[in-house]
Amino acid sequence: MSVRHALLALLSEGPKYGLQLREEFEARTGEVWPLNVGQVYATLQRLERDGLVAAAGEDPVSEPGTQGAPQKAYEITEVGSAELAQWLRVPPDQSTPPRDDLVMKILIAIRIPGTDVYEVIQAHRRYLVQLMQEWTRLKGDAPGAEDDGGGPGDLAFGLVVDAELFRLDSVVRWLDAAEGRLRRAAADGRLTAAPASASAASAASGASAASGAAAEPVAVLRRRIGGGR
Amino acid sequence: MSVLELRSISKVYGKGAAEVQALRDVSLTVAAGEMVAVMGPSGSGKSSLLTIAGTLEEPTSGAVLINGEDVHAMSGGAKARVRRRTIGYVFQDFNLLPGLTAVENVALPLELDGTSMRRAYLAGAKALEALGLAGRARAFPDQLSGGERQRVAIARATVGERQLLLADEPSGALDSANGEGVMRLIHAACKRGVAAVVVTHDAQLASWADRVIFLRDGRLADQTAAPAGPESLLERPS
Repeated sequence: MSVRHALLALLSEGPKYGLQLREEFEARTGEVWPLNVGQVYATLQRLERDGLVAAAGEDPVSEPGTQGAPQKAYEITEVGSAELAQWLRVPPDQSTPPRDDLVMKILIAIRIPGTDVYEVIQAHRRYLVQLMQEWTRLKGDAPGAEDDGGGPGDLAFGLVVDAELFRLDSVVRWLDAAEGRLRRAAADGRLTAAPASASAASAASGASAASGAAAEPVAVLRRRIGGGR
Repeated sequence: MSVLELRSISKVYGKGAAEVQALRDVSLTVAAGEMVAVMGPSGSGKSSLLTIAGTLEEPTSGAVLINGEDVHAMSGGAKARVRRRTIGYVFQDFNLLPGLTAVENVALPLELDGTSMRRAYLAGAKALEALGLAGRARAFPDQLSGGERQRVAIARATVGERQLLLADEPSGALDSANGEGVMRLIHAACKRGVAAVVVTHDAQLASWADRVIFLRDGRLADQTAAPAGPESLLERPS
């Protein structure tokens, strides 16, 4: 999440003070991302250094509600506006699969003798569903999309909660799919079979053309995941 | 007192080599106002659990208690009354009768239970109004959108003084916004004191429940912990 660009977005509406930026940031992200005021000022300084924002007006004025300390208002520059427009359209990198601890744990669980992999999967599934319940409870307490109540803060909140729910849901679905795959493998006697090195060797000797074809995507994946290290 | 109590329910279909044990020693209680979701892969016994809880099917062993009363000990007439008065069902495809309007569909269970046509109709209209469907009361099911049909089905399942709502994959083939809509309606019914059991494979729908139980090969394999309260998530350090 880019605090830098969030502040630029808020300043694109007009000049603002630091404290005001913090309040507006929290309100628009559904108050899910807390931001301390030190972070705001540090970010503003860097933005000013890079020429993306500039001090607004000649004289520092007292910000309402503070103890008379002089506060500086900032405004977005043309370079800042261009940077913001550019940033909105650049997709975040999703091409490199993350090194997923959960995937690792399941891969390891199937190799440890005497480990009930389904029980391991269920422990993770339970945890994820509980987390989803907590998010959904927040959503249930907030006004629904079909209610006419609720301002832009509620809308942002709904979007943020949905993003989390879809993310967690995708992990639960992966666990379901993994369990199905493991059960089919177990039914075919492939789960308790020899370790990977032996099975890879037998696959290579059994059908070299097929294993050659399979090896290529594996190598690509390995490079990508390895690249994230 | 719990609205629904399942005591050591087992269910066996078929005999001999064709024997299938759908449920094994499942116990579950659902209190008034509580929503329980049942998750599990297909063939885990989810739907059997629901039909047995709904008194549509007898368990092979174990007892079903509705408001503390053992269903097995009830006369046929008493059981039918429980089905009509106490329990509301929502099915995957909503099962609305195509020849009846929305309000007639909702009023039907009351009429079957001996309520006068006029009173049943009024109660049906009120239930539809509560779900934002006042203007669609006279539409036939094929004139309604998927989301509207689903709301009619929920109105029918909660009309009158129903205390137990049983839903089998209630979002059916609806998109996620309408799926959330159906869960909000069930959630709202629970806030009014209805006990609900929702069978689903969808974790997002299940996450509306106070408690999620996981079935595996007919057994209650696991369940989520009691709700931690909404503040716990916001207070977690990020």
